[in-house]
Amino acid sequence: MAFQILLNVFLAFLWMFLQVSFSAQTFIIGYLLGLLVMLGMRRFFKGRFYLHRVWAVTYLFLLFLKELIKANIDVLKLVLRPKLNIRPGIFAFQTELETDWEVTLLSNLITLTPGTLVVDVSDDNKTLYIHAIDIGDVAEAVEDIKNSFEKAIMEVSRHD
Amino acid sequence: MTVTSEVFIAVLLLIGAFLSLVAAFGLIRLPDVYTRNHAASKSATLGVMCILLATFFYFLAADGFFSSRLLLGIAFFFITAPVAGHLISRAAYNSGVKMWDQSVRDDLKDKAKKEAASKR
Repeated sequence: MAFQILLNVFLAFLWMFLQVSFSAQTFIIGYLLGLLVMLGMRRFFKGRFYLHRVWAVTYLFLLFLKELIKANIDVLKLVLRPKLNIRPGIFAFQTELETDWEVTLLSNLITLTPGTLVVDVSDDNKTLYIHAIDIGDVAEAVEDIKNSFEKAIMEVSRHD
Repeated sequence: MTVTSEVFIAVLLLIGAFLSLVAAFGLIRLPDVYTRNHAASKSATLGVMCILLATFFYFLAADGFFSSRLLLGIAFFFITAPVAGHLISRAAYNSGVKMWDQSVRDDLKDKAKKEAASKR
């Protein structure tokens, strides 16, 4: 992926040198033209075309924002409700993610999800211990949300 | 400054202040460290982010000044707040702070046992 971006920047510079005009505008036009050329030649690259990953990162960021707002509405309802009927608890969650930065990203996402907070990560990076504020109805719904998170993160880190 | 931008900024500011108030209220009301951490790490994050965003838009609309530092501040807060919440609750658990007595389950209790079993 880094190679593809480097190649694209190189093509933009090539365009600037061909035009003999060294401004940001020419660079951007060259970059877009280079993008088109690379789109046509993408079967020669080993990995995916890099815009896929750029899109996956954008999607993950929007998911992050949405969950943050939802989490706040949940906390709002919980705190301002006259009677406090919550059932907190800690449950274990098995994750399929492997590298350190993926697990970090997942635990950040979980912490900002409605009603969950990561308390501990096991030494082999396989299990996350999550404190849920209302474990009865959340446990299964949360499982779904995290499957969507895990999928979104895997979409970013996929290599093929 | 147009009326629309004024109203937009005011609403953002009020939402931010209200969320910070709710976070403070949750700190008083919830029963133990972990549940308080929920309120603090979520409501305070979005509250501060809303206030910073309102400041950003105010200077953009009133002076035409694009303050990139405020945007950086929002980004840093967004990344660091959940990590801080995680570390505080982890430190609390490892130093033996009890959970609320109406807590339902505790999978972390036999974590050491499980890890020893998986190594075998």
